[in-house]
Amino acid sequence: MEPMDTSSRTRVDAGDDMRLVARVRAGDQQALSVLYDRYSGVVYAVSLRILQDTGAAEDILQDIFLQLWRRPDAFDSSRGSLAAWLAVIARHRSIDRLRQRRPESDIEECVIASGTDLRDETERSLVIEKVRVVMNEMSPDQRTAMEMAFFQGLTHTEIAEKTGEPLGTIKTRIRSGLQMLRTRFAT
Amino acid sequence: MKTHEQFAEDLPLYALEELTDADRRELEQHLETCAACRREVQFLRNDLSLLALSSAGPRPPARSKDRLMRAIAAEPRGSSAPAAPATVRRRGLSWALVPALIALGLLVWAGTLYRQNEGLRNNLASLAALYNNTTAQLTQAQERLRLLSAPDAIQVSLNPQAEPRKPHATAIYSPSQKRLMLMVSNLAPAPLGKAYELWLIPMEGAPMPAGMFRPDQNGNAVMMDHVMPEGVVAKAFAVTLEDAAGSDKPTSPILIVGSGL
Repeated sequence: MEPMDTSSRTRVDAGDDMRLVARVRAGDQQALSVLYDRYSGVVYAVSLRILQDTGAAEDILQDIFLQLWRRPDAFDSSRGSLAAWLAVIARHRSIDRLRQRRPESDIEECVIASGTDLRDETERSLVIEKVRVVMNEMSPDQRTAMEMAFFQGLTHTEIAEKTGEPLGTIKTRIRSGLQMLRTRFAT
Repeated sequence: MKTHEQFAEDLPLYALEELTDADRRELEQHLETCAACRREVQFLRNDLSLLALSSAGPRPPARSKDRLMRAIAAEPRGSSAPAAPATVRRRGLSWALVPALIALGLLVWAGTLYRQNEGLRNNLASLAALYNNTTAQLTQAQERLRLLSAPDAIQVSLNPQAEPRKPHATAIYSPSQKRLMLMVSNLAPAPLGKAYELWLIPMEGAPMPAGMFRPDQNGNAVMMDHVMPEGVVAKAFAVTLEDAAGSDKPTSPILIVGSGL
């Protein structure tokens, strides 16, 4: 027998994540340590790409895992996969910091439809490659709008000013870009 | 007052946290009464998570984990306040009068105590790790036993729809336990970049992903402890071949299927 969770690297599934979150809820520091080892790379990579500052990215990383320790109930399986949830929260917190504002969204309100599991590094590599392919298929203008909105944290108004395009065009590019991503990951 | 269509147009910007405060508040009021828009926001967040997950970069420095583990060690469960700093004992002026030799002796004694203390701490940490590991294994075993003995647990055999009948799978699922177990035999190895995906087909609605697995060279696999949303009654289970990253909906023909009724 070869269950997927016995590869040389620890195989992760949503149930495993949820068991670890349950252990965190019970005060198990080792469980948080395992979750940190599993997902700190994702959280740090998102924050670093947005903030371009290693110290600030470390602060976001610390803040998010402390939140997971203090309020593990904020996450349950109905909110999507833990990886997707952490990635979205990391982006929100980084944008808040970039704009020097108080966090806008409550982590308990962040619900994600289904969500992408990162069972191991191989699967993350597949996600990275697939997103890269979809982004390359976008027109340069659309790709720029998506990059500016997602990773630079610019508002659509700021993007319109920078690119000289009408607001409506920017909105359409972002909307259709996300739609394209969804369609390609659904097939 | 905006229409539903106007609100729907702004949902991507809302998910991106790009709306002005006024627009955001207005949209959030609409979300309270519009299930379709709430659902779309959840899908948009999933789209955004794909972008976020595509970020690649260096690993965080090791000091970050040390900092985190120190911080949580200082916070008892349920407390969000950092631990109070250790009190500093002020020493009286008379210590200055203690002969240097006695002070040196005390230092040596303190050093010995410190080393003994460190050894005890290490032993304690090892025992704590062993305890946590054992507790986790016990919890896992209890959960599996609960699934197997649950009054509403069903056992379903999944067989190929067409000839040959060699591949076989058994799913054990309990809606109340929210847990699912799958045992597979005689299934062809998944091609590179592909894996098998189990689907729970509910009484109503679309098939739900119920875990990925990859058989060994003998065609056998076991998937344990997959957690499903609460209260989902299974009409059937089915297996398809999907990309190894998994899929939200079946994209290839059903290979084996079994009724849960």
